[in-house]
Amino acid sequence: MFEAVAFYLFAFLTITMFIITVTTSQALYALTALAAGMIFISAFFFILGADFLGAIQIIVYTGAVMALYAFGMMFFDTTRSVKEKQGNKFIITGLSTLAAVLVVLIVGAPMVSNNIVALYPTIDGMGNVQNVGLILFTKYLVPFELAAVMLLVAMVAGIVLAGKKMDRSITLTNDAELEIEKNKKVLS
Amino acid sequence: MEKYLYIALFAPLVSSLFSLLFTATPKKLFTGIVASLLIITSLISSSILLTHILETGEPIHVTMMTWMQTGGLYIPFGFLVDQVSVTMMMVVTLVSSVVHVYAIGYMDHDKGFNRFFAWLSAFVFSMMILVMSDNYAGLFIGWEGVGLCSWGLIGFWFHKESATWAANEAFIMNRIADLGMLIGLFLIYWNTGTLQYDGAFAAFHQLPTATLTWIGIFLFIGAMGKSAQFPLHTWLADAMEGPTPVSALIHAATMVTAGVYLVIRSHELYSLIPHVGLFIASLGTFVALFAASMALVNRDMKRVIAYSTLSQLGYMFAAAGLGAYWVALFHLMAHAGFKALLFLGAGNVMHAMKDELDPFKMGGLKKVMKWTWIMMVIGSLALAGVIPFAGFFSKDTILEAAYSGNHMVIYGVLLFTAGLTAFYSFRLVALIFHGEERYKLFGVHPHEAYRFMLVAMSPLLLVAIVVGILQTPFFDMVEEVLNGHEYHIEHTLALIMLVGTQLFVGLAILYAYVKYANSKIKVPDGTSKIENSFAYKLLINQYYIPYAYEEYIVKPYRELSEFFWQKIDVKVVDATVDGIASIIYNTGEKTRDMQSGNLSTMLRWMVVGLIILLSLAVIFGFTVKYSGV
Amino acid sequence: MEIGLNHYLVLSTILFAIGLVGVMRRKNLLLLFFATEILLNAVNIAFAAISHYYGDMTGQMFAFFIIAVAASEVAVGLGLLIVWYKRHGSIDLDVLTTMKG
Repeated sequence: MFEAVAFYLFAFLTITMFIITVTTSQALYALTALAAGMIFISAFFFILGADFLGAIQIIVYTGAVMALYAFGMMFFDTTRSVKEKQGNKFIITGLSTLAAVLVVLIVGAPMVSNNIVALYPTIDGMGNVQNVGLILFTKYLVPFELAAVMLLVAMVAGIVLAGKKMDRSITLTNDAELEIEKNKKVLS
Repeated sequence: MEKYLYIALFAPLVSSLFSLLFTATPKKLFTGIVASLLIITSLISSSILLTHILETGEPIHVTMMTWMQTGGLYIPFGFLVDQVSVTMMMVVTLVSSVVHVYAIGYMDHDKGFNRFFAWLSAFVFSMMILVMSDNYAGLFIGWEGVGLCSWGLIGFWFHKESATWAANEAFIMNRIADLGMLIGLFLIYWNTGTLQYDGAFAAFHQLPTATLTWIGIFLFIGAMGKSAQFPLHTWLADAMEGPTPVSALIHAATMVTAGVYLVIRSHELYSLIPHVGLFIASLGTFVALFAASMALVNRDMKRVIAYSTLSQLGYMFAAAGLGAYWVALFHLMAHAGFKALLFLGAGNVMHAMKDELDPFKMGGLKKVMKWTWIMMVIGSLALAGVIPFAGFFSKDTILEAAYSGNHMVIYGVLLFTAGLTAFYSFRLVALIFHGEERYKLFGVHPHEAYRFMLVAMSPLLLVAIVVGILQTPFFDMVEEVLNGHEYHIEHTLALIMLVGTQLFVGLAILYAYVKYANSKIKVPDGTSKIENSFAYKLLINQYYIPYAYEEYIVKPYRELSEFFWQKIDVKVVDATVDGIASIIYNTGEKTRDMQSGNLSTMLRWMVVGLIILLSLAVIFGFTVKYSGV
Repeated sequence: MEIGLNHYLVLSTILFAIGLVGVMRRKNLLLLFFATEILLNAVNIAFAAISHYYGDMTGQMFAFFIIAVAASEVAVGLGLLIVWYKRHGSIDLDVLTTMKG
């Protein structure tokens, strides 16, 4: 009973927040609604017993990603309302719904035919974090490390791109200009 | 002996390939010399082969390699040198040697000097394949090869439109006939299972007459095209657009006699179907008269000689059709000699007169061109059949064969034609070499040809004079192969016939001289009475046959083609192709808007694509699930 | 009332649809990024639910990696966005038409 109440409540809240995110004309509202939606989603993870995932969701999304967006927004002129020139709304909604239904159909088809076998079953008597750790550091060790490298690369890229002197692009400057600059440096 | 066979065959090929190397370069004298030497090598090898055949009587038969072998079909590159083919080889190599040497002088100032020798030697090679092959397929290769080379040589001066037109006409006419020949070959293979001469000839005896008749007719259609018999004769006169040495070699001595050679080679077939033979003889007789009549009035020196060639080919077919194959072959040999001589003489005259062809504009050239005059007179005497020159022996034997076969109509027509022949040959001689010097009106300064050209022509002169004496040895040589027999007519009758013929011919010659060698001859201007007579108009217009072809075959064909072009090709085929192209083009034009560069639009299209792919996945999944797999 | 897997899948579908609507209608690049986050989260819910109902940890593993990818994407994407904004002074999609063919 408690589970059902919690599910419907959070489902309602999440959908509302996300609808606000995609419809509002104020960037700040959208950001706030997105952050709230993320936290509400973590609730589902807790309900589903994926405690670790829920914690990560809050930390990474609501903490890191949202903070990044917030800082990013400082660069842009977000005070003016975002203009949205719309085409046909029905087309957009129809297409989205259709795509979503099809995705579910494909994902759900194997479950309907009941031919799913657990590849890495949860081990009873262990907490979720223990389970996650066990799988993550045995079966998924290589992807895990790769993800770590990817995050590092992303971090470096973020710093470099948003860093100083980025008002000029090396790729968009032609070779002759680069040569002149290099000579200047050597001379000075 | 095989060695000499291969030398005789491949020396012309080497010569052609050698000259081919220099076709793109300016005139080089040594190409002509090398080519001539190689052809002379071929002549020497052929002579050695001839000696061998004369001594031993054994044909040389070699199989160089297998050409094709599939199932029951076996066609080798095999070569046979027997009494018949060695005769042809001698004719071909002798005339071509002379012509090669002669052409060094004749083509002296031509830009295509090297190219000329490449074509000419290629022709000799094709002709050698034609005569030496031991099967019909090889003969057909040579047949097509000479056709191609003839096309290239008639159209040698391709910048002249009339030359290219004549080349195409000759080629197309020959193609029509070649189709008949090809059908004949298919019939032979179908019925006998082989294309080898010996195998096919042996099998012919078991075949029903009807089949043999069809084979004979279709083969003869091929021969008609190549030898320019009626109704496929128009190309030969137009082929005179080519250089004169080409006319001498191809359109007098060798290629046009290939049809006669085919009939002689297939004599075992034609002796089984005498009714077809009679048809051939009748057609030959008709062509002899028909062509001679056109030669009477023509005002183009080379065309007159071309018509006389046609007429003489008619004689050969008449002989072959009557079963006198050896006589046909003998006349072929003798004719090759004196006709090439006449053509080369005409070439000298042309050279001297700056390519003037109308004999009415010449006259009195005897003084400046003494040697050419002598050669032309002897050639004409031989052609007219005056004793003791070559033509007398061969032509007289044809008449005897007709007489002893009791074909009196053929005999009469051929005899009459002999008179016509004498008249038109000496009309030409008289107009060119005797009478007033009319050329002075046109400001030409004629000169004798180069000395070496005259020397080169001398072997032909010799042939024209002495070949008649060789009749008996020749008969001894080929009688075994061609099942020939000599024609014996009662002695006094023969003597009367001989004297009668000679008198007739002599009178014709005399009449020609009286009429054309006097000083009253003027350049015709279309006003004289004879020029307006119906007969003259009929003859000068070649019986209106070219007009009829143009009017009733070429024009309807062109209209039909135009119909197919305008209606079928443009409206159906092109429209279909264009339609497909425009569909694609329009699709591109319409979908170009998708590439607006707007990310939002692109995302929308991406979602559409995603949906399509997902739908396909779903549909495919269901299909797999419910198809019972 | 028992909450089953289907409930979660339906929820996931709804969120996914909302995300797609966002992707298609937003003209502001930053808000477009928000919409992609929604898409990723919708899928995450589905993974976690499947993982729970089938007692398999694979779903959760995938959810982790998705979060990692999302984090990197935000870092790099935001960086590029800032660069673009500095050069052109706008992050409106309708202005971004240099790829027009």
